[in-house]
Amino acid sequence: MADTAVARPGLSRPGRPERGERMRTRRPGARREALAAYGFLAPNYLLLLVFVLVPLVGAFFVSLQRTDGFGDGTFAGLDNYARLVGDPLFWRALGNTVLFTLLVTPLSMLLGLVAATLLNTALPVRPLWRSLLILPMAVSGVATALIGVLVFDQNSGILNRILTAVGLSPVTWQSDPVPAFATIVLATVWWRTGFNMLIYLAGLQGIGPDLYEAATLDGANRWQRFRNVTIPLLGPTSFFLVVLNVIFSFQVFDIVFVLTGGGPGGATSVLVTYAYETGFVTRDQGYAAAIGMVLFLFALVFAAAQYRASRTKDVVE
Amino acid sequence: MSIHERLDATASGSPLAPPSVTPGRRARDRSRRGSAIGRTIIVAVVGLAAVSPLYWMLAVAFSSRAELLGGRELRLWPREVTFENFERVFASFPVATWFGNSVAIAVVVTLISVSTSLLAGYAFAQLRFRGSTALFFLALATLVLPVQVIMVSLFRIVTATGLYGTYWAVILPVSASAFGLFLARQFMLGIPRELIEAARLDGAGHVQTFLRVVLPLSKPLIAVLVFMSLLSSWNDFAWPLIALRENRLFTLPIGLLYLQGQFGSDYGATMAYALLNVVPIAIVFLVFQRYFVAGLARSGIK
Repeated sequence: MADTAVARPGLSRPGRPERGERMRTRRPGARREALAAYGFLAPNYLLLLVFVLVPLVGAFFVSLQRTDGFGDGTFAGLDNYARLVGDPLFWRALGNTVLFTLLVTPLSMLLGLVAATLLNTALPVRPLWRSLLILPMAVSGVATALIGVLVFDQNSGILNRILTAVGLSPVTWQSDPVPAFATIVLATVWWRTGFNMLIYLAGLQGIGPDLYEAATLDGANRWQRFRNVTIPLLGPTSFFLVVLNVIFSFQVFDIVFVLTGGGPGGATSVLVTYAYETGFVTRDQGYAAAIGMVLFLFALVFAAAQYRASRTKDVVE
Repeated sequence: MSIHERLDATASGSPLAPPSVTPGRRARDRSRRGSAIGRTIIVAVVGLAAVSPLYWMLAVAFSSRAELLGGRELRLWPREVTFENFERVFASFPVATWFGNSVAIAVVVTLISVSTSLLAGYAFAQLRFRGSTALFFLALATLVLPVQVIMVSLFRIVTATGLYGTYWAVILPVSASAFGLFLARQFMLGIPRELIEAARLDGAGHVQTFLRVVLPLSKPLIAVLVFMSLLSSWNDFAWPLIALRENRLFTLPIGLLYLQGQFGSDYGATMAYALLNVVPIAIVFLVFQRYFVAGLARSGIK
């Protein structure tokens, strides 16, 4: 079947392969099939249209307006975008978002891969370990952040109590920029590792034992088997996870909003929290929309670049 | 074969156990046992790191105000288990209402989003029509769109349509799931076209084919979609934070933030309430995890 080669995330082309020519020759029932397809799509796309696409277009128009809280704004062209360029808070939020993504993505993927690889071997009470490792995934972002507040509290938090108990000096998790940034990274890595592990576990199922056998016969040790069999064959999985993790990281909100509120002094402010604050706290909605559009554009360009890269790779393979 | 059997088959299969009666066998057995212990230790350390924050939440929720957090000495468990934090939370907030709201909203979102994802996924995987590529990428593009980007206009739409102040204000905007649609399409590409054509030749209409042939074959997919939708709706925060301004409509995560605002650093109360948010979905999660992995593996996520 032509499509089995395509059944990989992110790498597949939608639509049936032979579409172009078939359309013109008019199979019997083609019209009915197309009508049925539109019917099947209607509920999903109606919701999408009303609650996502129309607001997105709306956001674009708002981003072209000068707004001062209530009522309609006045048309201001690209003023809001020009303002972004000279706004140090924006650059800081952008830098923080990028740094956050660059830290969380590899850390949580590496931990997920290690955990999945170990869980894929013979271990005592394996279901227990797997359950423990994926449990954080079920916790809401707000609860994760509040647990973070509890653990990282400078005065009464368990982490500083342990540090003090073993004779180390407590860390100023809440009042210093670098430790505060570390708390949002650590909380997110804790939260997301389980998801990465699950996807890697699913990916590992696709690797047949015969490949390991062959590698073992060739004298490969455990590390070499991992390096030369597991890693390359998990390539598509890793690729998929990089895309998802980067997208999720760019959209980080719950944890930052509740755990640090972007503080201290903007040290953990990210694009989405900055857009939220501008739009709903200082009520500068036009400017907030501009921040949002830039964020969306970045994410879209990244996703498109990844998609192209995956297609090129497909051709090479 | 269940996922566990498959995992076990992979594990006990060859990488570790070539059947041999060579002289070096006992030494190798010993080193194999040694490495199994090493692996168990690593997994145990990572596992402990994963659960210890949850344990701490539990311990603080069931201990009296000052016991674990107030004293000078380090204590890792309460001397005495108490329910006073729960009593305080229940006495001051309509927790039962918020719990009910969360359940109702999660169930309705799941019903709508799973149905719409299945329908649309089928169309993209098995039917031919003009514009399929463009429509598919349009939906995928929304995957990278955080709700905060559109919140201002979305809020206006929700107000203009009269949805504001009802559950529908939080249900409908999150009910078209791009990720669900994507998974459904990936999974349904794996359904042999011959089966569908056979049903069509037998005179079944498109709807009948979908209901009688496609849906029964899609059970693992449905399990994944239901589960993911329940999870994301139960834990949803960003949009409900904006759309739910009335206390009586709050869901558990919004209530959690509200409660933290009221109780400040009363960690016992916040953690007791956070448990009510975490425990139900964690149970669902643990019970259904095996179907989840199996379904994901078959959706072409590998």
